Amino acid sequence: MKRVAIVGYAQHPILKNAGALNEVELIMPVVHQLFNDLGISQKDIDFTCSGSCDYLQGAAFAFVEGLSAIQTNPPIKESHVEMDAAWAMYESMLKIQMGDAETALIYGFGKSSPGDLDAIISLQMDPYYISPLWPDRVSLAALQARVLLNQNIISQEQMLATVMEARANSKNNKNALITDLIDESDYLNNPMVSSPLNKLDCPPISDGSSAMIIASEEKAYEFTDHPIWIEGIDHRIESSNLGSRNLATSNTLQASIKQLNLKNIKFDVAELHTQFSHEVPFLKFLLNLQDVPTNLSGGPLVGNVMMCAGLDAVGKTYESLKENQLTHGLAHATSGPCLQHNMLVHLEAKK
Amino acid sequence: MIQAGVIGVGQTKYDAKRRDVSMAGLVREAIDNAMLAANLEWDAIDAVILGKAPDMFEGVIMPELYLADAIGAVGKPVLRVHTAGSVGGSTAVIAASHVCSGQFKTVLTVTFEKQSESNATWALSPRYPYSPHINAGAGGYFAPFIREYIRRYEAPEHIGWKVAAKDRQNALKNPLAHLHIPGIDEKMVSDTPMLWEPLRYLESCPSSDGACAMVITAQDQVGSRNVAWIKGMAVRSEGTLSAGRDEVNPQAGIDCAKDIYNQAGIQNPFNEIDCAEIYVPFSWYEPMWLENLGFCDLGEGWKLTDKGATAIDGELPFNMSGGVLSSNPIGASGMIRFGEAALQVMGLAEDHQVEDAKVAMGHAYGGAAQFFAMWIVSSSLD
Repeated sequence: MKRVAIVGYAQHPILKNAGALNEVELIMPVVHQLFNDLGISQKDIDFTCSGSCDYLQGAAFAFVEGLSAIQTNPPIKESHVEMDAAWAMYESMLKIQMGDAETALIYGFGKSSPGDLDAIISLQMDPYYISPLWPDRVSLAALQARVLLNQNIISQEQMLATVMEARANSKNNKNALITDLIDESDYLNNPMVSSPLNKLDCPPISDGSSAMIIASEEKAYEFTDHPIWIEGIDHRIESSNLGSRNLATSNTLQASIKQLNLKNIKFDVAELHTQFSHEVPFLKFLLNLQDVPTNLSGGPLVGNVMMCAGLDAVGKTYESLKENQLTHGLAHATSGPCLQHNMLVHLEAKK
Repeated sequence: MIQAGVIGVGQTKYDAKRRDVSMAGLVREAIDNAMLAANLEWDAIDAVILGKAPDMFEGVIMPELYLADAIGAVGKPVLRVHTAGSVGGSTAVIAASHVCSGQFKTVLTVTFEKQSESNATWALSPRYPYSPHINAGAGGYFAPFIREYIRRYEAPEHIGWKVAAKDRQNALKNPLAHLHIPGIDEKMVSDTPMLWEPLRYLESCPSSDGACAMVITAQDQVGSRNVAWIKGMAVRSEGTLSAGRDEVNPQAGIDCAKDIYNQAGIQNPFNEIDCAEIYVPFSWYEPMWLENLGFCDLGEGWKLTDKGATAIDGELPFNMSGGVLSSNPIGASGMIRFGEAALQVMGLAEDHQVEDAKVAMGHAYGGAAQFFAMWIVSSSLD
């Protein structure tokens, strides 16, 4: 199998409200930063792939608008997933492995501030029986949190610790949106959004973008002496019917752990696409990460750009391995209610 | 590179309103037909690749989440592609890429649109902040490009009527087609009201509900199955407002076609391709794409159409199934082109089969004529 490496990643400062900055204006700075860092331009990119969601923009072709951020004359090989940009990275990796590209540019963008994210995301559900009830994303997450608490898989104390730690870790992340520290009484005095999740258990509404460049083995060494390899990657989806899922575990993550043979790998660092506090101890338990520094960037609880946060988990893992000369990193991306669709990425810095 | 081929194509009956099925039922109808054609069990499927045009066409966001069960993806990888009108084609290319990467042996790909659940012209006419509101839909957007084509090459107005009548006559040979118009001819087309000058009502595609699915597998998994081998596949994009862009003859379309001809070793596409399913949602796009895809010189496309070269018994049959002009579930329309091309070289196109079709082309485009996906399929691997 052809090896693929990450050679660059850039993230826009996460904004509470990007205001009149449109998607193109959010994408251009991160793409140009990557190009400048690597000393390349769009003509050095063989394949371009983006992740975005039309409903966030309130128009049918968000990605078409977004493409204006990229030089497309002469025309480019380009595609788009209506998913988190982590899946755009996945598609790009396949293109490199099949020999159709040596380099790929990936970008994701999302502005959640103009719309009502709860209402928008409720349209992910079964349109005939569930969506008409407008189930909001926090209430759906709360269902799983309640199951996990009731079965003693996680505790309320772990949720509190997760929230405090995310905010403490935000100091490592120059792009974090939420940086103020809290104490236990702040947490306990916060109003419930949907029991057992209070406001601090939930991610902030966020605007932003990020971009990444991946390359084949031959090409990667032209960019850097220390590429970070995508050593393993696997993603799987679960049923849309919440009632037929066991929310106390994740069949798909179990399958991915097996597929990637993760049991015996000692990870140095992990970044998880955990949008709600209960998901951190849950995934740390499932992925056997109890002793592994996790979400050192603060994770989605300090900034959660829709359609980017999964790619950001991969990007932050890449940065950790690179900056701290670590060896094994694990990144996780997710989509859908109650962690319905999960991707695991094993990154490795080969000495 | 690993060779991949199509071993099963499945389609639904196309119609204005498929009220008998939900979205899940619609995609499953196409998938069941594809799985039957491929003669495969579910555990043979390693991944599912879903494509459709904007989520606003049905009002379901990221529908792979809701459809995970219906598309047989539970426990498997699933990818959702959205590249505007070209999506049916680009989804097929990405599905084949899963196999050609070596990561997957056999994949299922499905595309759909259930236009009756919403209103496409509304969804295509968004109000962007700080921009004038066009409210054009697709026909209003493409009509100026068509007028410019007619001006450049002094094409007579009956060319559009001829394409519209020819594709609907082909549709009468395809029981799955949405539009079956008995006695359709140029006169009937030219008598219909003008919608967007020069496009008349019957020169426009319908709004359809429907789905199309394919099973794509690696060479070593084929066994004794009937296969449409993928000899070349590519995508190209250009920006809506790129400087110097020619909307009538987009460079992205030219480059994409050259790419697949090179991969397939085709030097003279007009002579070496036996038939083609080309994305023609408005009649005039047939002569425009004949030129853009290198089947003839600039300005010669309408003459080929006029002399009947693209008829089902012509030198280069176009849209034997009736094309987008006869069935248009937007997100699936590109994959129907790719799947119909495969059926031709597999010899499974029944009443609309082109005799001895060995090499066929599938084509899709989208956006403001800026996104392209194409493939060449062949009955033989050499």
